[in-house]
Amino acid sequence: MELIGQGILQAVRLLLAGDAEVWSVTWLSLRISATATLLSLALGIPLGTALALSRFPGRGFVISLVNTGMGLPPVVVGLFVTIVLWRNGALGFLELLYTPTAMILAQLVIAAPIVIGLTLAAIQQIPEKFRLQLLGLGASHAQMVWTLLKEARLPMLAAVMAGFGAVISEVGASLMVGGNIKNSTRVLTTATVLETGKGNFDVAIALSLILLALMFLVNWALTWIQQRRVL
Amino acid sequence: MLLRLLLVVLCSVWVTPALAQSTTVILSTTTSTQDSGLLDILVPRFEKKTGLTVKTISVGTGQALALAARGEADVALVHAPSLERKCVEEGKMQNRRLVMYNDFVIIGPEDDPAKIKGVPKAVDALKRIAETQSRFVSRGDKSGTHLLELGLWKQAGITPTGAWYIESGQGMGQTLGIANDRRAYTITDRGTWLAFQKRISLPILVEKDKPLLNIYSVMEVNPANGPRVNVAGGKAFADFMVAPDTQAVIKTFGVDKYGQPLFVPIAGKSDADFQ
Repeated sequence: MELIGQGILQAVRLLLAGDAEVWSVTWLSLRISATATLLSLALGIPLGTALALSRFPGRGFVISLVNTGMGLPPVVVGLFVTIVLWRNGALGFLELLYTPTAMILAQLVIAAPIVIGLTLAAIQQIPEKFRLQLLGLGASHAQMVWTLLKEARLPMLAAVMAGFGAVISEVGASLMVGGNIKNSTRVLTTATVLETGKGNFDVAIALSLILLALMFLVNWALTWIQQRRVL
Repeated sequence: MLLRLLLVVLCSVWVTPALAQSTTVILSTTTSTQDSGLLDILVPRFEKKTGLTVKTISVGTGQALALAARGEADVALVHAPSLERKCVEEGKMQNRRLVMYNDFVIIGPEDDPAKIKGVPKAVDALKRIAETQSRFVSRGDKSGTHLLELGLWKQAGITPTGAWYIESGQGMGQTLGIANDRRAYTITDRGTWLAFQKRISLPILVEKDKPLLNIYSVMEVNPANGPRVNVAGGKAFADFMVAPDTQAVIKTFGVDKYGQPLFVPIAGKSDADFQ
């Protein structure tokens, strides 16, 4: 217990002292995970919407795959992305391994199924009659989809939070594809693993608390956006 | 198609790191060099001197050499002499040079159920631990420390199995934590043990036996291992590790924090000097 107290003090000290390394690690975490989340939205919202509105043979199977993907183990993603990005791997010529870009790619693979799955659920919970009514009132297909997305914006913000939460907190994939390189690919989670390994438990606790605070702030902002119309 | 599109997007978001690779050296090394903080001091010196960027991948020695053997690294700094010699013989690695050493110690609970305190030979100490079935935590991760431990068991003619033999599968720090919790014996490098003084209460019971020497060497990756090996960069880092300036830094590293140096520089010496 005393250790956690020390950790809290250490966290406050590191942040107030403007410890350059802690700030840059925090900023990198946010930058990588935010980019990955945005890309996963760009990819996941159209795919999720298409999946919700289309009917084709094997649709149930595809949805099951997406739902499984929502719980994709980060270490598994990390392993496969690493192998693909190896110098000897299929995309080795890009020389992306151990860069923030590789981490974004891995986090995208983790977040995309979450966004697809939650978008699918959000669109599907809108009654089909509403959709038919829109079309009946003369809306084009694009207008109909746009209205549905607007209607589903509250649960879709939950998809953003879930996707961001999954990638900023994962450590397995970031460690493998990023390599936890100082000043380059070290993020809050991998730094926490490193400091624990070094026996610097107070620093590790401080980094954990900074991570929790960061997640809270981001979710607070998103919740504010989500709830503002409701209240 | 989708994948290609995605890559275009990704590359446009983060162009710089992808372009900077030709001046990058990938160093595969062990957790102990990283955890000790030594590389945090040496790597910036090297980067300043040469203008190259070092990517330090710190994993167990087994994995570090496996990555190098696949051409996924340019230079390796590891500590498992027998495995290193094998890699050189197989032509995977070249120009092996000794850099520094520190030592391993056998630690264990104060009450010492296997009565190994002060036993001069590490092998004899392990025999006693096995005979008394006293709990022992092994790294179990093919790290340099694990390989050394396995070598000692082999010398003792014992295959350690049973409930008393715990394989942690984790780094030295976590393994020390487990040993402390279970009141078990374990083998650790002195540096990590010193770093954990505040958290664990397992005293050194056996030390200063020749087989407990922990010798680090640097090796360059054979460019034949794969495409895109940065041969010149790897050699530059290897040369840097054995240069007099660097060796002088190694000699005093750790004195300010632990009151004693963590490594002894030995550039220019050979295995024969430590037999």
